[in-house]
Amino acid sequence: MRNVTKRFPGVVANDSVDLTIESGEILGLLGENGAGKTTLMNILYGLYSADEGEILVDGAVTKFDDPGDAIAAGIGMVHQHFMLVPVFDVTENVVLGVEPTVGPVGTIDMTEARREVQEISTQYRLEIDPSATVEDLPVGIQQRIEIIKVLFRDAEIIVFDEPTAVLTPQEVEDFFGIINGLKESGKGIIFITHKLGEILEIADRIAVLRRGKVVGEVVPAEATEEQLAEMMVGRPVDLVVEKEDADPGEVVLSVTDLLVRDDRQHTAVDRVSFEVRSGEIVGVAGVQGNGQTELVEALTGLTVPLSGMIHLGGENVTLVSPRFMHRNSVAHVPEDRQRSGLILDFDVAENLVLNSYYDEPYSHGIRMDWDYAHQHADQLIDQYDIRTPSSTVKVSSLSGGNQQKLIVAREFSRDTKLIIASQPTRGIDVGSIEYVHARIVAERDAGAAVLIVSSELDEILALSDRILVMYRGRIVAEVTGGEATATELGLYMAGLST
Amino acid sequence: MSDEGTEAKENKEPKEPRWVERVAPKNVDWSSLAVIPFLAVFSALVVGAVFIIFTEGLGSVLPAYGALLRGAFGGWNSISETLLVATPLIFAGLAVALGFQAGLFNIGAEGQMTIGGLTAVIVGISFEGLPAVIHLPLALAAGFVGGALWGFIPGVLRAKTGAHEVITTIMLNFIAFRILDYILKQPFTQAEGRFDPISKDVLESARLPRILTWLPVEGVEMLRLNLGFILALAVAWIVYWILFKSTIGFEFRAVGANPDAAKYGGMAVTSAIILVMVLAGGLAGLGGSNETLGVLGRAFPGFTAQIGFDAIALALLGRSHPGGVVLSAILFGALRVGGRAMQVETDVGIDLIIIIQALIIVFVAAPELVRAIYRIKGGEEARQLTRGWST
Amino acid sequence: MTAVAGTADFVRAPAEIRRARILGIVYLLLATVVFLFFAVGTEGDVTFRLGDQPGDLDFTVSAQVLATFTAVVFAFLGGIQLTKGFGAKTNVVLAIAIGLFAFSFLGWAAAGKSLSLIGMLGTTVALAAPIAFGALSGVMCERVGVINIGIEGMLLTGAFTGAVVGTVMSPLFGILGAAIAGGLMALALAVLAIKYRVDQIIAGVVINIFALGLTSFLSSQFLVENASGLNNPGVLGPIRIPLLAEIPVLGRILFDQNIFIYVMYLLVAGMTYGLFKTRWGLQSRAVGEHPKAADTLGINVFRRRYINVFLGGLIAGFGGAYFTLGSVGAFNENMTAGRGFIGLAAMIFGRWHPVGALGAALVFGFADSLQVKLGILDTGIPSEFLLSAPYLVTIIVVAGVVGKARPPAADGQPYIKE
Repeated sequence: MRNVTKRFPGVVANDSVDLTIESGEILGLLGENGAGKTTLMNILYGLYSADEGEILVDGAVTKFDDPGDAIAAGIGMVHQHFMLVPVFDVTENVVLGVEPTVGPVGTIDMTEARREVQEISTQYRLEIDPSATVEDLPVGIQQRIEIIKVLFRDAEIIVFDEPTAVLTPQEVEDFFGIINGLKESGKGIIFITHKLGEILEIADRIAVLRRGKVVGEVVPAEATEEQLAEMMVGRPVDLVVEKEDADPGEVVLSVTDLLVRDDRQHTAVDRVSFEVRSGEIVGVAGVQGNGQTELVEALTGLTVPLSGMIHLGGENVTLVSPRFMHRNSVAHVPEDRQRSGLILDFDVAENLVLNSYYDEPYSHGIRMDWDYAHQHADQLIDQYDIRTPSSTVKVSSLSGGNQQKLIVAREFSRDTKLIIASQPTRGIDVGSIEYVHARIVAERDAGAAVLIVSSELDEILALSDRILVMYRGRIVAEVTGGEATATELGLYMAGLST
Repeated sequence: MSDEGTEAKENKEPKEPRWVERVAPKNVDWSSLAVIPFLAVFSALVVGAVFIIFTEGLGSVLPAYGALLRGAFGGWNSISETLLVATPLIFAGLAVALGFQAGLFNIGAEGQMTIGGLTAVIVGISFEGLPAVIHLPLALAAGFVGGALWGFIPGVLRAKTGAHEVITTIMLNFIAFRILDYILKQPFTQAEGRFDPISKDVLESARLPRILTWLPVEGVEMLRLNLGFILALAVAWIVYWILFKSTIGFEFRAVGANPDAAKYGGMAVTSAIILVMVLAGGLAGLGGSNETLGVLGRAFPGFTAQIGFDAIALALLGRSHPGGVVLSAILFGALRVGGRAMQVETDVGIDLIIIIQALIIVFVAAPELVRAIYRIKGGEEARQLTRGWST
Repeated sequence: MTAVAGTADFVRAPAEIRRARILGIVYLLLATVVFLFFAVGTEGDVTFRLGDQPGDLDFTVSAQVLATFTAVVFAFLGGIQLTKGFGAKTNVVLAIAIGLFAFSFLGWAAAGKSLSLIGMLGTTVALAAPIAFGALSGVMCERVGVINIGIEGMLLTGAFTGAVVGTVMSPLFGILGAAIAGGLMALALAVLAIKYRVDQIIAGVVINIFALGLTSFLSSQFLVENASGLNNPGVLGPIRIPLLAEIPVLGRILFDQNIFIYVMYLLVAGMTYGLFKTRWGLQSRAVGEHPKAADTLGINVFRRRYINVFLGGLIAGFGGAYFTLGSVGAFNENMTAGRGFIGLAAMIFGRWHPVGALGAALVFGFADSLQVKLGILDTGIPSEFLLSAPYLVTIIVVAGVVGKARPPAADGQPYIKE
């Protein structure tokens, strides 16, 4: 890729990027959230078109108008969010777009298709059932389907976008085995990540992207995590969160035998019991989809548990509403800020009173006091360093980091007895991550009980005083913060050790 | 931990008074707020002209539109008629707009008007001897309740079973028409000596009084504009207040914009949906009552005259804002009144108005189309106002 | 709200289960209604005629027995629904139950008389046809993720064009013209929904209003003055399929109909095969379920959507011609009277599947023909209530079913490609 530039309204996502990849090589592409990695790869894959620059395959300039062209040129991509049709079976997903057909009306030859899928599965040792429905399969297997899809189209260059985000440490090891195998069979691999350790382990060469520019290329043997982090962020980064030892006080949250079902009536949280005390941070580790979402929903009153008890400061709050929890000083940073934490069409002030609008001083009876709400918003904007032109701007125009700061401001600016924060730093830049982490620690030091749910193991390890590991709806381990290692937690997260 | 960061506030440079920013926020996109609707109406009239040329020839365009304009605004009587016709449109438009604000597509205004107009008539023909100060409000209240009931049904179905309001409200429209036919044939309601479904005349004490009787106009006995128009303006203001100044309205809008976030914010999504449909139905019911207690003075099949459907177009044109609805309703009232004049004076049929209204929706709902035609840059995207089948 | 004291051990009723329970209770209520109203105090036998002439193929049963039997079946269904449920078969069971209810109702209404069932079933198929075309049009569009509320307008346009072209040229050209007119309406919908990303439901409503305005306008400008020259196409007669039409009972109902009905059969078969066995179908469904995934595999999402929505429009336009060329014989303003919306409900009831859509359309067609029949029988039930029956059935179906059936995942969402 030569001199590739892509502009979006207001930002230059890629700025004159040059990148090369050879066959039989793993190129690591490192950059923090919003650095332009995914945009760059989407250009390579024909999903976006570059404003400037060109792509050369085997020395020839090529132009990709859509992914079909890229596929034809031997480029394959495993997207961060899997591109699988959930209701289709494995084979249908693999052959989609290049179906083997017979007859005049394009009848799909499913027998032949299944045979070919089976063949690739055996050849690359990617074990799979060609006729299983995708939505019933675990994410690790779904990733395999994505790889088979790419191989089915005879790709020579394969791009993996944040492939390890959904895997346990053990699954990551398996996955590394697979891509090393692909590398040996002569494929060129581009591995996109923001995780420093992984890239040092697997890549042959590392390119670092910052604000759309390639700021350096290094060989893993000559680089350290600190160096890479500095290149990635542009300033020295403290990889550890500064905090004192915890001084746990009385029990704030107590959960007993909690049983929660998900929308499909499957048991998501399976008789879980634990406590969180004031002045401590309890981290819930686990691969996504092991019941953390439902646990948080039950704790915050968003779903009603099937059985079990939840006590807040000694009071039974099992069946109360989100409003009750809120009024009783429970702060909730939701897992998906755009889906449930914010109303993107509403302005900053409206979002800042989203869950307190019904109380004084924001409203009197049914009359909203918007003047007060805007004053309040101006204060929080200053205090929490939310970068916005004013409190009357729609939050959709704010960056991810500032949206998250807005939620933190809304939740932490009140009395907080208990903080429940789900994926508090997902998809935001390093500066905002540091800010959010510091705020959480400050709240703990001021006496709040904190429950952090995160699928980022590094985050859990950095923040937690105590760590609970969730696997298939159960808490399979409890370890003390300072003593845990990623490997140990990984074993629990994969259910290999109890 | 609730610290009041007052000192941080004082450091800031002096700003314009808060109300200035609120009345005219700097980030308002005027092109989408005012320019697009204007161009939408203009474009629709241009395309309408093409239909006139196609059917009646080029020479008919100016006479037809001239007749339309004169019919709508050429004199006190025309203006009175335009506002008279605009009145039920305001009510019905508010019913649709309120739904849009809460993410609900109320196609049932027509049926809600039918039932509301009917219940108002039932009260209006009963209680002989009741003073007007009691009888009229009672009849209007009955109209509100009737419409509210007809909004409650799809509201509950949507909230509790996920049945999409678009389908249920359309079906309830058809059912409402049948109910109207049936009730109007009952001895209690049917006009004496009639065998077709038509109601008795509403008692004078339940009629909406005319308000421009003092204005002498030549050739017309008495201007027909009645109290309903004032009532409609008042109701529009109330709806505005509820939507933008009250906690209930905040909930409605939040549920419409992002139901997940509304739930997170401690709002009761299902009751909000039901309440919105009840209020919307009630508003449409008032629109129906306005007709039966006002200009018509009785109920008969089809008295709603497609007003509930026009309401969809004008709610979109008015950006689902009560103020916008009032202006759009007056425009649509003008189209209807002027359309009649157009039909009488030239050979162009009044159904052209329906085409023009459909085109107005197209242009308003697809701002990019208007921008492409008039080469306006930037601005907002088409909005997704409704939700698909799944809940 | 105060906290609930004591134990929190309880079982909640999620929406799914609640809905199943409601349906179960409805069955039980219907059982009671059927027993109290149709069985108790009803006397006389009812004769259902299955042959062309009285006495050909008669089936006589005591109305009371029939109603009692129905009540028992409903109670039984209610019991199962409340305990273990019918799972994926719920819709089918519901459809059969509606049919059975209708029968006992008929038995009660016609007690002591005889009733031409074969005529009624023939009418059912005929009345189901426009609904089925609407539903199939919906399936076509929604399988690629475009909600088509504009079916009503496309039917109306088809009806108008069919009448005019059918009169001026010939009925066959009328059919062709109707299909193309429906297709053009669908293209308008497609451009609004796909290119300009207008809210699809609003775009569909626009199509409906526009079609209503256009056909009414043109009709009042031209057709009224010159009905014989422009609006007098005549009705296409039934075509007897040799051999198949000789099958007792069914032959008369299914194979002695006009061309629309046969096209309907072919369409259902063709669409089922096409959607689930061919490359076109797989790619179309992928676009409706996960357009981004389809796009990343080089499938042109926009083209797929345009083509299928256009095909959907052809189907609806063709179905619209049924109103003028297949049954009434002339165009009247707004003559589709909501059939397009009922078609939409049939599509949902039929779970976005061509066969299901046809089945659902037959249920609605039956409700329609029932209303026609009961009007003749003079049961004392006001005709207004009978006329409401199809609409009521639609509401019940949508309320009882929609939560369970799963629409294509990307239905109604515009696809945005950078």
